[in-house]
Amino acid sequence: MDFEIPENLRMITDTVRRLVQRELEPISRQVEEQDHIPESVVQTMRELGLFGLSIPEAYGGLGLSTLGECLVYEELAKVNACFRNRIATNNGIGSQGLVLDGTEQQKQRYLPRLASGQWIGCFALSEPGAGSDAAGVQTTAVMEGDHWVLNGRKHFITNGDIADLATVFAVTDRQKRAKGGITAFLVERSFAGYQVGTIEKKMGHRGSHTSELIFDNCRVPAENVLGGPSMVGRGFQSAMKTLDKGRLTIGAAALGAAQRLLELSLDYAKQRVQFGRPIAEFQSIKNMLADMATEIYAARQMLHHAAWLRDQKGTAVIKEASMVKLFCTNMAGRVADMAVQIHGGMGYMQEYPVERFYRDLRLTRIYEGTDEIQRLVIARELLKE
Amino acid sequence: MNIVVCIKQVPDTETQIKIASDGKSIETDDIKWVMNPYDEFGVEEALVLQKEKGAEVTVVGAGPQRVTEALRTALAMGADKAVLIEDDDFYGADPITVAKVLAKAIEPLNPDIIFFGQRAVDDDSGVVGSAVAEFLDMPQLSVVTKVEVGDGTVQAHRPVEGATLVLESTLPCVITAQKGLNEPRYASLPGIMKAKKKPLEVISLADLGVERDDKLEIVALNPPPERAPGKQVEGETGQEIAINLVKLLREEAKVI
Repeated sequence: MDFEIPENLRMITDTVRRLVQRELEPISRQVEEQDHIPESVVQTMRELGLFGLSIPEAYGGLGLSTLGECLVYEELAKVNACFRNRIATNNGIGSQGLVLDGTEQQKQRYLPRLASGQWIGCFALSEPGAGSDAAGVQTTAVMEGDHWVLNGRKHFITNGDIADLATVFAVTDRQKRAKGGITAFLVERSFAGYQVGTIEKKMGHRGSHTSELIFDNCRVPAENVLGGPSMVGRGFQSAMKTLDKGRLTIGAAALGAAQRLLELSLDYAKQRVQFGRPIAEFQSIKNMLADMATEIYAARQMLHHAAWLRDQKGTAVIKEASMVKLFCTNMAGRVADMAVQIHGGMGYMQEYPVERFYRDLRLTRIYEGTDEIQRLVIARELLKE
Repeated sequence: MNIVVCIKQVPDTETQIKIASDGKSIETDDIKWVMNPYDEFGVEEALVLQKEKGAEVTVVGAGPQRVTEALRTALAMGADKAVLIEDDDFYGADPITVAKVLAKAIEPLNPDIIFFGQRAVDDDSGVVGSAVAEFLDMPQLSVVTKVEVGDGTVQAHRPVEGATLVLESTLPCVITAQKGLNEPRYASLPGIMKAKKKPLEVISLADLGVERDDKLEIVALNPPPERAPGKQVEGETGQEIAINLVKLLREEAKVI
């Protein structure tokens, strides 16, 4: 048994912590108000290598372990969710399909651009009629000569407005649907018929956008089927594999935010004086602090173990990943609720970061698989065993 | 061109320092160790010269195995190789002993410039750089905020009260870095991954043929006096509070 985080991963988290303290924390309020991350900061993030965490070294990335990637997200999430979102699609759902299933040619064309942050990738699965029931996508792709022609509308696409490359899921065989009828396409922004639709107005995650993507007779070369022509009809399986790691990384983001909320709450409880003493001396406040710390501790062990397990096995950890996402995000929700309570009126004010965390964290229980889907997956795996 | 940067690993400046039960050392169990911040300026300056002059940068540290972490940080920033003089009992050694050991390890590296931080933030002695210059019979440009390397010479600036001293020296020489010399870069993530593969040589005092001969001993460590608790100025109205504040400043604090 060795719970020690390896030295190079500790160094990486130190660098990210420094970035957070020196460059990101000071502009977090501004980013929230302007709903925009300054380009100079994005450039610093590129130079540090943050866009290529999970992309293999052979394609210009860092080839970091799952644990390493999770540790980076824990640190980044301590400041403001939008910074992780900016790099998360390139490291996760916007590139993992390529890493797992891409042809050599596709990997060479796209991965180095995503790893450097020169291009932004996104994952276009969700549609108005296909959320948790991802197999219900309506976007179609029809072969015309040496091109596929895509028609349909995606929504809630993280980084959709700034993406240069979208992994788009479309129906190629209406009868087969999830069982051989959905195909993943690599669609470049410059392809004719590709259009960014409305940027959606959200509860939180300001500074990071989700948008519609509209495909209006969008022409995609036949070689841009993810994984090549043999992968036609196998897009749904590819999507599910891609989402597996994402569950751990969202757990990490929730954990980082919860840790920050505990730190803010401890500081506030020690300073805030009511009835002649710091509120940290009241048992009701102490109970909340103790519960927050205990839950965070449990979540961290769980996440780190699952990430380690995935790195050891080199394969999906389906049940554990769902458990981590379910527990970490719900835990962070409870911690955020207590943090607001400890901060009282200040916890409800926008001049303090607590209310932002409270809003931002709510999404973690929804995107990349709702609580309900996680429970479904866990139970399905349990009953299989 | 060969550049050596000497690095000390010190407790993170944010660490809560606790004095150990022996009364003359600190509790090291829960300490986060980092590269001495002044040494970071030295590393950064060396890396600038690495790029401009094609210099090879070697970082050297002494102490227990954990010091490799500070050396690896420098490698991750971009240094080419590292030397660790490993000795479990080195932290807190007499600075002159430290200098003697470092000088022995540095000499065969044939450096044109040896950078140090102007002092270490833990014991504040500020002696090692000067002593190494002495042992290696090199000129020393201390506490500098600007370095310009010419052909076999170096010019450096040292801020003094209200003015700047401009120093010039031949190479090789020792330079100690002061805050303001530069803005140290981050260890980038690709840099950290590459650092794992860079050479890090581990040697012992025996390898260097040096024996500890400390003359200086820390006899006691005393914590700073506890700060008196703050005082809340009382009063019903703003005006009353202001009057009471002025009264306190004059009568108790005696500052006005």
